[in-house]
Amino acid sequence: MISWIIRRLFAGLVTVWFIATATFFAMHLVPGNPLDNEKAVAPEIRANLEKRYGLDKPLLAQYGIFLGNMARGDFGISFAQENREVNDILREHFPVSAVLGITALLFASIGGILGGALTAHFRGRVADRLVMVAVIAAISVPGFVVAALAQLAIVNMNSWHGSQLLPVAGWGSPSHIWVPALVLGLGTLAYLTRLMRSSMLEVMSADHIVTARAKGLSAMQVFRRHELRNALLPVVTELGPTVAAITTGGFVVELVFAIPGMGRYFVQAVQQLDYTVIMGTTVFYGAFLVLVVVVVDIIYGFIDPRIRLYGADQ
Amino acid sequence: MQTALLFLFLVMSAAVSAQAIDVAKQRITLTLDAEPPSLNTFTSSDAISSEILVHVMEGLVQYGPDGKIMPAVAARWSSDNQGARFWLRKDARWSDGKPVTAHDFVFAWQQVVAPATASQYAFIFNPVKNAAAITRGELPVSALGVRAVNDYELEVLFERPCPYFVSLTAWVSYYPARRDIVAKWGRAYAADHDKAVYNGPFTLARWVHGAEILMRRNPQYWNNAATRLNEIHYAYVTKDELAKFNLFKNENTAYTTLSLGSLDSAMQAGYRVEQFQTAALFFLEFNHRPAHVTANLALRKAIQAVYDPDMVVYKMMGRPGTLPGRSLFPMTVRGHKGRFRDEYPARRLKPDLATAQRWLAQAKQELGVDQLPPLTLLASDSPLSIEQAEYLQFLLNKTLGISVQIDVQTFKQFIAKRGKGEFEISVAGWGPDYDDAMTFADLFASWNANNRGRYNNPAYDALIEQAGNSADPAVRFAAFAAMQQLIQDDVVILPIYEEVDLYLRHPALKGLYRPVFGGDLNLRFAWLEHSE
Amino acid sequence: MSSIDAGLFTPLQRDGKAIKDAEPLAVPGLLNRLAANAQARLSFAVLVALFAFAVLGPVLWPQSAAEQWLSDVSVGPSRSYQALLVDPYAEVDLPAAQQLTAVNANTEFVDLVWPPVDGAARYAIYRKLANSDTVAGLPLATVTELSYRDRLQLRRKAYVYRLVALDAGGSALQELSLRVSPVAALSVFEAQMHGLVKTGVSAASLQGQQVTIPAHPLGTDAFGRDMLARLIHGARTSLFVGLVAPLLFTAFGTLYGALAGISGGRVDQYMMRFADFVVALPFLLFMILLRVSLGIGPGDSGINTIILAMLLLSWPGPARLVRGQVLQLRGHAYVQAATIAGAGRGYLIIRHLFPNILPLLLVSLSFAIPSAIFTEAFLSFIGMGVAPPTPSWGSLCNEGIRHMMSHPHELIFPALLISIAVLAFNLFGDALRDVTDVRTRQRLI
Repeated sequence: MISWIIRRLFAGLVTVWFIATATFFAMHLVPGNPLDNEKAVAPEIRANLEKRYGLDKPLLAQYGIFLGNMARGDFGISFAQENREVNDILREHFPVSAVLGITALLFASIGGILGGALTAHFRGRVADRLVMVAVIAAISVPGFVVAALAQLAIVNMNSWHGSQLLPVAGWGSPSHIWVPALVLGLGTLAYLTRLMRSSMLEVMSADHIVTARAKGLSAMQVFRRHELRNALLPVVTELGPTVAAITTGGFVVELVFAIPGMGRYFVQAVQQLDYTVIMGTTVFYGAFLVLVVVVVDIIYGFIDPRIRLYGADQ
Repeated sequence: MQTALLFLFLVMSAAVSAQAIDVAKQRITLTLDAEPPSLNTFTSSDAISSEILVHVMEGLVQYGPDGKIMPAVAARWSSDNQGARFWLRKDARWSDGKPVTAHDFVFAWQQVVAPATASQYAFIFNPVKNAAAITRGELPVSALGVRAVNDYELEVLFERPCPYFVSLTAWVSYYPARRDIVAKWGRAYAADHDKAVYNGPFTLARWVHGAEILMRRNPQYWNNAATRLNEIHYAYVTKDELAKFNLFKNENTAYTTLSLGSLDSAMQAGYRVEQFQTAALFFLEFNHRPAHVTANLALRKAIQAVYDPDMVVYKMMGRPGTLPGRSLFPMTVRGHKGRFRDEYPARRLKPDLATAQRWLAQAKQELGVDQLPPLTLLASDSPLSIEQAEYLQFLLNKTLGISVQIDVQTFKQFIAKRGKGEFEISVAGWGPDYDDAMTFADLFASWNANNRGRYNNPAYDALIEQAGNSADPAVRFAAFAAMQQLIQDDVVILPIYEEVDLYLRHPALKGLYRPVFGGDLNLRFAWLEHSE
Repeated sequence: MSSIDAGLFTPLQRDGKAIKDAEPLAVPGLLNRLAANAQARLSFAVLVALFAFAVLGPVLWPQSAAEQWLSDVSVGPSRSYQALLVDPYAEVDLPAAQQLTAVNANTEFVDLVWPPVDGAARYAIYRKLANSDTVAGLPLATVTELSYRDRLQLRRKAYVYRLVALDAGGSALQELSLRVSPVAALSVFEAQMHGLVKTGVSAASLQGQQVTIPAHPLGTDAFGRDMLARLIHGARTSLFVGLVAPLLFTAFGTLYGALAGISGGRVDQYMMRFADFVVALPFLLFMILLRVSLGIGPGDSGINTIILAMLLLSWPGPARLVRGQVLQLRGHAYVQAATIAGAGRGYLIIRHLFPNILPLLLVSLSFAIPSAIFTEAFLSFIGMGVAPPTPSWGSLCNEGIRHMMSHPHELIFPALLISIAVLAFNLFGDALRDVTDVRTRQRLI
């Protein structure tokens, strides 16, 4: 098991290198230069700036220097924020995205698992139908529309109620999180509900559940010991990609709700061609996602012992 | 780790919902469009940083609420064709209590022009003797034409006559700096609120990057008695116009600018909309390089004959106060006594299809083609810029049958392509750097690197020389008037509009002003007071 | 070994139906089963309607998606109307006025004149809709003269002008107000531009004529372009990207996966390791990055760039799927039997592999399409989608969201179309999955 984890982590490192390389060259393909600005500068100043950021060296040399620095965990200095290090930017903005993402994930997974299990149990009844219609609708509306409508709803609700029930935008207190997180997690919530429902339906008709019922176990016992655990398997598998979708999908929500997260920062960085920030963000996110996948694999192994056995062989 | 993080976050933050104004505490809440790129005055060059800096720093002079220059660190000054002299007030102090001296200015100015600093605004020192040569690395920084006669007297020597020099010293790049503080923090100088000292009416009390900035009254400020606000809190950092408007409507912020969409909503809500002429001119820039068809005057004339800025401004943009572009010089440019454009009116052109067709036929003949090749129309990816591009594409295709290919690029690529001349027409804009017509005029001098269409006309250059080497207003304004006419006759550019900023302000927020130069929005003299 | 009872070979029964072993599902059978499924029929009908909208739309609704009716910018659903030709460039002599008067009042311009107010240095002019109960109104201008020409987005509605005389210090001295209902009008220049009247005729001779302005059943956008026509063209973009990108990356992924699976061994290992790398790239981050680095040239709609970026990032999904199937099939007895019987690779692929993976691919495709539509919409929303003036549902939403509060129709229609398309594809995918009984989810490891 341990050696399997180590091997997975090593493969993860290679993946991070690949991400870094792909980003580096994709970025340098972009015509233009982060040092280009509205006001043209004297060639002497331009030369000094290029020297400061190491852009005067050949591309491959820049790549070598970048890899060396990356290995030491140093992504350099932002082009747009002249006296801030990329590491500082990540340190300040990533936790914001993480808190938002985790809250969204909690909403989505708790809501999805409960919703899926319940609708499966009430299959075919009105409640099931209603939830499934809501779920389908939630999947079908683009996130930015939901976000903008949610904000509008808050403004109207506050002015109707005459007090600040919920903040319109911004960051800094728990009350700032709920609505953006819900908006962010909505698609995933709907997706997990569907997944859980079908998985649950499948499990409920499985032979061992029939046996368990026949043995005389109560519905709750059957649910907890057999159904939930087995039905969760496919849901857990989906958690990896889900975490990825939620953490990097925060762009829209961060934009609309003025949340100082990493997603919003990344969009700006691409627009300003802020080489160092783009590199830092993609590599950091890539590494984070690789780690998440490994963690999910391990969790999966604990839930389903078969995987541990087979996994160790592969 | 995840739960720990969440827990930490929940504990850390108390429920705070920003309040637009607090009259008792004289505290206001605002949004900032983006994280300030640099609060180091040596390299700072953008509007957002200067919005912060104008409150926490102070130069020799400042722009007052009436738009005129008023004393700041300098109590008085004198200026002639050779140079300027400033007498500093003795009670001006830094936020750590030390006096602001002439040496702080000499040090700061030398830093800006130093080649190692590589400041994009080094050019703003060009009127000062030797500044350009120092930036090019030909002379040491000590050769800069500025000298501290004593702690409270500053002497400046000019490279050539500069009638507007005193107003330049209100600009961010001319702010003072403390050698010891800069040395202490090195690269990190001004990167955080506690890594700098301030000499303005406010200090930075908190700076959470990308999230908020809190400015608090500076008790050390020499004119502290005149400061009435205690706290300015930029609680939100967002450019999203919808979010900004919603925050204002929800009474979280005391001020917001209005975009294309929120103006109508503001009208529906019955808010009082206010206007501010930003002095920026937006225009269509032609590529005059010989390899491009737009080098042909008849073609440019044909386009000029169908292009009516009134249609764009009144019908499409629909922002009250926006002026249709009629000249290179916006209405805000100063003349002899009043406005330059009142003294030297620009000729108004009427669109005329028949004339346009004639010019087009002539252009085709001169170029020796039956059908013009598609024109590349370069635009940046801002909604306003795209809007102009889409209109021009439709107009030229519909009226002249010219096919136009829009090339929308992100900002850096847009600049790169403009610089390399990969366009026939480009949607461009220019905001003034200093309070003189020259900031617009020299844009089309053949030697100016910002002349990205490479317009090259010796007659125009001669007019620039004429205006640049004279301190006589009569000579200068006559030259500018001739340039205005030449720009129109030669169709160097097609002015689109003079920008107006529409904004909403909490009725209790008084004394706010928006100067064209030296940091907008300005709350130095603002206060909160409930009306009636 | 004792004798084997023939009964062992009768299929097991559940719910009265035989449980069948996985067997190749022929396409005709699939279609029959789909046709029997109500959800499939309904969603398919919606999809057909959407494609008909995109393909036949321009024929049935011939208005140009590019024509900018600048006098009707951002109007809601509207009928055709008659407009009077006027010449806003003609010089007019304004008479002296005894009270606040509108000398001309049409939607091209309203000329206001007023008598001087004692002590007034400037006059501030405000305008509001007559039916609005607010006081303030739009600040049009502050002038020193005794007349003002209002040209700002005048509509066929009743307005109230408010004139405030200000003294030198800016205090209000007197207020005048006037109700004005401008008549529908169009400038001669614009009428000529739209081809409503002949060019080369003097403006004066055309003045006073009436022209017909077309109807806009779904309103117009911020350029006065017909919303319905924009939506039709947007449908073409969005559905094209939504269909072609998944088709391409599924096709490429299938080839890649099949090649890896059939080759086996080292080659398989390296190929799949590379696929793992690509999967690890953060999708949206790289979509944005690739969109910028692949670039969009002048006049290019950017559709190809987006499709290419999706292809580069999304192929590993189907590749893994197909490779897994191939490996599984290779183990099946009937495939081994066919191999022993001397079947060639081509035969194996066409006869056994393809029919087996087709339903699987169809299902994965039917879910890839809505997600591709979403991706395009998302990119357009953050301004990194198709290049203007090409419309797509996403870019229409992006433009509409700015006017969401004042002109909701600009957001509602494109957003609704995205939702309907995504919903229909999802439901169809669901039905397809049900009838094929295919598992789309893959196990990690």
